Amino acid sequence: MIAGRSHKARILGSIGLYGAVAAYVIFALFPLFWTLKISVTPQSLLYSEGITLWPSSATWENYKTVLRATDFPRYFLNSVIVSVVTAVLVTIIASAAGYAMSRFSFRGKTTVAVTLLLTQTFPLVMVIPPIYRIMGELGLTNSLTGLIIIYTAFNIAFATFLMQSFFDGIPKDLEEAAMIDGCSRSQALRRVIIPLTLPGMGATLGFVFTAAWSELLFALMLISSDSQKTFAVGLLTFIGKFAVDWGQMMAASVLALIPACLFFGFLQRYLVTGLTAGAVKG
Amino acid sequence: MASVTITNVQKNYGAMNVLSAVDLSIADGEFVVLVGPSGCGKSTLLRMIAGLEEISAGEIRIGERVVNDVAPKDRDIAMVFQSYALYPHMDVASNMGFSLLLRKTAKDLVFDRVGAAAKRLGLDVFLQRLPRQLSGGQRQRVAMGRAIVRDPQVFLFDEPLSNLDAKLRVHMRTEIKALHQQLKTTSVYVTHDQVEAMTMADRIVVMHDGVIQQVGTPLELYDHPANLFVAGFIGSPGMNFLPAVVNRRDVKVEAQLSDGQTIALNAELPVEDGERITLGIRPENIEVGSSDALEVKIQVIEPLGLSTQFYTTLADVQVCIYAMGRTDRKPGDAMRIGIRAGDVHVFNPATGQRIDPAA
Amino acid sequence: MAMQSTAALTPQQERRASSRRRFSAAFEPWLYLSPALVLLLVVLVVPLIFGVSYSFRKFSAFKSDYVGLAQYKALLSDPVLGQALMNTLWWTVASLFLQFFLGLGLALLLDRPFFGKKVVQAIVFLPWAVPSFLSGLTWAWLFNPIVGPLPHWLFALGLKSEPTNILSDPATAMWGPIIANVWFGVPFFAITLLAALKSIPSELHEAAAIDGANPWQRFTRVTLPFLAPTIAITVMLRTIWIATFADLIYVMTEGGPAGSTNTVATYIYVSAFKTLDKGYASAVAVLLLALLILYAVVLIRIRRSLVRYS
Repeated sequence: MIAGRSHKARILGSIGLYGAVAAYVIFALFPLFWTLKISVTPQSLLYSEGITLWPSSATWENYKTVLRATDFPRYFLNSVIVSVVTAVLVTIIASAAGYAMSRFSFRGKTTVAVTLLLTQTFPLVMVIPPIYRIMGELGLTNSLTGLIIIYTAFNIAFATFLMQSFFDGIPKDLEEAAMIDGCSRSQALRRVIIPLTLPGMGATLGFVFTAAWSELLFALMLISSDSQKTFAVGLLTFIGKFAVDWGQMMAASVLALIPACLFFGFLQRYLVTGLTAGAVKG
Repeated sequence: MASVTITNVQKNYGAMNVLSAVDLSIADGEFVVLVGPSGCGKSTLLRMIAGLEEISAGEIRIGERVVNDVAPKDRDIAMVFQSYALYPHMDVASNMGFSLLLRKTAKDLVFDRVGAAAKRLGLDVFLQRLPRQLSGGQRQRVAMGRAIVRDPQVFLFDEPLSNLDAKLRVHMRTEIKALHQQLKTTSVYVTHDQVEAMTMADRIVVMHDGVIQQVGTPLELYDHPANLFVAGFIGSPGMNFLPAVVNRRDVKVEAQLSDGQTIALNAELPVEDGERITLGIRPENIEVGSSDALEVKIQVIEPLGLSTQFYTTLADVQVCIYAMGRTDRKPGDAMRIGIRAGDVHVFNPATGQRIDPAA
Repeated sequence: MAMQSTAALTPQQERRASSRRRFSAAFEPWLYLSPALVLLLVVLVVPLIFGVSYSFRKFSAFKSDYVGLAQYKALLSDPVLGQALMNTLWWTVASLFLQFFLGLGLALLLDRPFFGKKVVQAIVFLPWAVPSFLSGLTWAWLFNPIVGPLPHWLFALGLKSEPTNILSDPATAMWGPIIANVWFGVPFFAITLLAALKSIPSELHEAAAIDGANPWQRFTRVTLPFLAPTIAITVMLRTIWIATFADLIYVMTEGGPAGSTNTVATYIYVSAFKTLDKGYASAVAVLLLALLILYAVVLIRIRRSLVRYS
């Protein structure tokens, strides 16, 4: 902070600062708060107290119904399966690729880097028509496997850049010191590099999980049978099928938010690395 | 322990030549310092001895064994890196014991040797700490400790002190030298700091542009620099260089400076009348207040207490003079100086090579 | 090399050993890269090529026929596509503009010290982690007069004559997805710009202050030039991303009412998936790709000429 401003200007400045901060906080939280509020509002009060900030009595009824009487637990499980398997596969494949990009210089490396960058910037709507058809012919519609394959491919480029930046952060000296200390290349990898990259792998896992958990369009297109629906698809088809039960929908939404928020808490420290490595991923 | 023999070693990156035809033999137990400005190829040479860089041509032997195609882990060497390269996820004890563990040394033997090395380096209270919990000097010691528990054939040091502050650097310099006198392990030490080279080396190898300029003991290099590069690189404050023309009058040989003043030279020098030469004169070899006939103009005076450094001009060239004691002269004053013929180094300005008196 | 034959290895052995080493050094990185590359090839590149070929074919229930450029000709006279292009432009520009300036503002705020900054940072970045379908649904509900407060507030402020859903009015519907997109996208800009801000050495600001620059001058003469490279690349990538981002619109309006929120991306999705016209959808996709490449090329040219003069 640079000195020399008057007392009054400083007070006005901090009012402005905290006012702006408060505005951003309210803008960020309000939609989530509202969803939470409706989810605990009893059905009977929804129309009379629809727009008050908090209902006069709160209830867990909506959550109980969602967990017991709907297919949401099934959807939730499907989403967990798809997201976890995708995240694990991507992390393994991208770690290998990122290691190659970080530690080797070889002919064609620039081409690989450019190709990865292009596939990453490249709009996915482009492949919607062909993938819909190809997956149909391969019999991979209505299957979580099909989704996992697609999500894995979509996230590979981003995750490779991310892992490369984590490998780049490990000084080459350490590997060399290990090799002089008596490690073969694979021992150096196992005993020095991988232990040091574990947090990076964790972050990659988190980013990919979040991305897979959020995906809607391909899931909506490829999955129609109830038993294979992911949470996103389930929630969206729920709207069409029944007379809308607002409380239950929002309770389900809050449940879908939980894993995303958990991973977000874990990923906080890596947000900058993650978003700069994958400047395109939302 | 072993000797290191480097024969006609070259290193190319594509068309770029980093090291050209280097020959060097390092005796068993010797402490050799490779010194030179950054980019001179000294680190590359060290890394080739370590096996971290491929050898484009030539041969490196450790002891009797040719190691060109031997993996670093099988060369029985230890290396101290500039960055220390401590494993951040291992505590001090594991860092130091890692190499022994990889060699399947018995646990209690590892424990003993790590303990002994830690004690010698004053690290015994830090054994359970992680590198990030240590100060810079302590990390440097751990890196040293990791090298000495190995009891290797050769120690390699890659600018190990350049990340320390000035005071600690001087201290560690002495400590490494003392350690070498105790262990007597063949050591190759890379630095860009000529003071470090002078104080630590048995022999110094001066490198420039991928070529060895001169190999010798510190005082050999100081007293008989083989060329202008070595003359300018070794010594602080550095040697003064003056362009001059030879005046040969019968048995007397003088160098005439651009302003007409002359400096007597050794009559045995194989130089012709009228030949252009470069004179090299060390600051401490210039006598102040002598009755001899050279005059300089004082520009800056640096009092150091024990001694005084004068920055003066002689024939439009800046000349540094190092004199013991103190002075009451002022900047702007003229000053008489004397230079003995035997203290003048003479170089060929075209080739940069030293010209020695005919024996 | 043969001249330096040694006791341990004959020249031939030596040459063989080093060529083996060279071979494995060339081979090893490709081994590690291959799973990633194969996957990208099979799931992205091959479908892309198929997609381009589809654009020349007309698909019906059980067969497809080669129709040449017929579908591209049809594009030219498709009024829905014309409207979708205009909608895409509006959707992209408005979202990008608001995301960028709100994101820059947030980054500048978070670059200053204040009480509770860590908690605030976590909260304001949270929307980034909310799945896009949930962002869309949440905002759709907020705009819904039955469960959401926004229509009532707009009515109370006199901005609307009655508390109705802005999403069901073609004149205002696009604002719904845009606001949701801004909510969801501000953290992204804030995080990348904050990282760039943090990389500006504080000495520069201090030197400028000593040289007599006021805060506004410090911002325009020191901060902005430093951020410019980050801004250029982020804005370019983000434009492509927003222009092709269909989730929010699909969730909130499905392109309606009366096509008022139909963008090229949603149009491709709906044509391929709902109307099953894969050939036509592919032709639209190729057109979109061409436009985006054109955009990227122009932007890179502009950036290059700016760099030359600054």
